[in-house]
Parts: sequence; structure tokens; C-alpha cells
Amino acid sequence: MSEDFTMDESLDPAQRELTYVHKVYNEIAEHFSDTRYKPWPVVTSFLQSRTSGSVGIDVGCGNGKYLGLREDLYMIGSDRSSGLIGCAKDLGKEVMVSDGLSLPHPNNRFDFAISIAVIHHFSTPERRTQAIAEILSKLRSGGEVLLYVWALEQEKSRRGYKEGDPQDVLVPWVLQKKVPKRVKQVQRRKGDPKPEPKTEEQLRIEAEEEEKRKEAAKDETKFRYYHLYQKGELEQNAEAAGGIVVSGGYERDNWYAIIRKP
Amino acid sequence: MKFLTTNFVKCSIKTCDATTESFPLKYTNCELIQSSQDFNPDFILSMLDRLDWSALVKVAQDLGNSALPPVKPEGEMLNDVNLLQDLHTLLLETCITEGEMTCQHCGHIYYIKNSIPNFLLPPHLA
Repeated sequence: MSEDFTMDESLDPAQRELTYVHKVYNEIAEHFSDTRYKPWPVVTSFLQSRTSGSVGIDVGCGNGKYLGLREDLYMIGSDRSSGLIGCAKDLGKEVMVSDGLSLPHPNNRFDFAISIAVIHHFSTPERRTQAIAEILSKLRSGGEVLLYVWALEQEKSRRGYKEGDPQDVLVPWVLQKKVPKRVKQVQRRKGDPKPEPKTEEQLRIEAEEEEKRKEAAKDETKFRYYHLYQKGELEQNAEAAGGIVVSGGYERDNWYAIIRKP
Repeated sequence: MKFLTTNFVKCSIKTCDATTESFPLKYTNCELIQSSQDFNPDFILSMLDRLDWSALVKVAQDLGNSALPPVKPEGEMLNDVNLLQDLHTLLLETCITEGEMTCQHCGHIYYIKNSIPNFLLPPHLA
């Protein structure tokens, strides 16, 4: 399959996200988690500027790389992918499986939130706005959330998306598979009787096995849905969700914004 | 799931949001482990500030601990290192590895497996 693989248009937004986001993350969880260990500077500085003893949520925490960045904050992570949450738990993080549109937290209790590279996976403007509103509902008045989404304007990146391109895209993830081991041949010792020559049937089965082994070893391409954000769009969604834009900017192919709950 | 987290989770069904019965959840058939953590009295004091104390008392009772004072400790009591140490043990070192969490409003049951609570809803409730 190539990059111009097209999405099944008959799906409703929730089914679309199930097929092109949730299922894929579960399938690529381990490989994805192995590639996600470096914290992004904007996220680190947001977390560093929180008051000691603050309580926060990381919505769409993936493998939980931002949880535990500071031991004097209490952070709870959640993700829609049980595969990624399994990876986070193995790393000793405080995490749960939940949906970004139905967060299992009491309202008005948290000092801060982060949602990094998550909102762009919701497949309509209404659902993206709703996802931001859901996070804001969990914050106390004056609480802040840092949002981070993929930018349309990333001409110099490997993908090369740019202004004027379609904003709703499927992005390939090449899943490298571990090659299953070849079945060991029994070694013949000196003095053992010569083995019977292989029958045609045996040779055919062996050739089939070899073919299967090669097939299983092939890299597989999975497609994830993204909405690529245009300049100003994240702020628009955040305001529609009832938030106040505190600051924002562009970093490494992404738009980010800090939003305050009134 | 750490005991402290029970103070920050509720039923994820939207129609339960407005009710007081959806928080805290009712904990049953739970398996607990103790996992040691460094004791930081200042951190416990900050958490104490953030806690919904009556929810904490309820969940502790669900799990068989009736020793908590009915009212949140304050003033002079906060100088008691033993109290803070006990809270540290309860909040951060006590973890639920398996169990059920039931919403007292709608009756929906959420499960904790391998220490991971799952709050995803079946399609008809989402």
C-alpha cells in the first residue's frame, strides 16, 4: 500500500477513529513506545513551571513519558489505547484506559493538564473542540492545559505537508516485525545412519513453511488518521471550547497553545 | 492503581456527571499490594490540601480500613509525622491490582486488571 491509501468514507467519525486511530495504536503500541522517550522542550518547560504539589492529568499519555518528569507533582495519565497503557504501566506510571471525550475524572479538581499529539486524531472540528472542552471541564478555575497538535505547515519535514494541502490525512506507520526463527535441522552425528532422502511431500511442506516465514517477516504499513492544524486553528478550537488562550507557538512541525479555564 | 487515584476518578458516563453518587466509585473484590515509595512529608501535605476527604474515608472503608478520622486533619495535627507517614502508606504505597469499581448512580461496573483501571464504555453508553 502506498501513501495515497484512501480512507473508507462510509464510516462515521467515531468508527473512523476506531479504525484509523485506536486499532492502529494497539497494533503498533510496542514499536511506537520504543520510539517515544525524548520529552519535547515546550512540554518540559510547561511542567517545570507548575507549582509544587499540583495535581494534573495527561490526556492521551501514550507510554507516559511525561508522567514522573517531576516527582513533586501528582499526575494521572490516560489513553484510549490499552496497548500503550500497558507499555506505560510497565514503566511504572500511574495510568488508566479511557476515552478523551468521556474522561473519568471529577470536574473542577485539577490544577493543570497536558494533551500532547492527541487532539489531531479526532476526525471532525466538533469532536476536536469537544475534546478540549472535556479537558477544561476537569480543571479548576484558572487551571491551564498545554495542547500540542501536528501542523499543516511543515514543508521542511520528512512528510513535507504544506499550506494548501488537504488537512485530513492518513499517515503511514511502518511496523517492523521480528523475524520468526527458522526451525532448526537436526544435526547428524558421525555414525548415525544416513537419513532417508526427503519425499516430495516433505520438500513441499518445507518450502511452504519457508514462504510463510518470509511473509511474516515483511514490514507492515499501518495508517493513522490525522487532522493537520493550520495556523490559528488550535486557538479557534480552544476558544470555541470556552478556554482563554494564554500563549502559543510553533515547535518542530507542531502548533501548541496554553489554554486557561476562566 | 494507587489509592490516591481513587480520589480523582469517577463514572465516565456523561449523565452521571451532575450527580454526587458517581464519585467516589464503590470498590469491591479488590486485591491490594503495598509498594514502598520515598516518604516526602511536604508532598503529603500538598495532597491533603487537594483531597476530597469524605470520598477518601468512603473508599478506605470499602477496602477494609476504618481507621481514618472522619474529618480532614488540620492545624496542629499536621505536625504529627506519624499521621503523615500513615497517610503516605495509604495514599501512595497502597495499590489496587485487581478489583471492581461500581458507580453508585447508574450501577455501571468498571474493572481494574493488572493494576490498570479501564473506563472505556460499551458503545450504547458512550
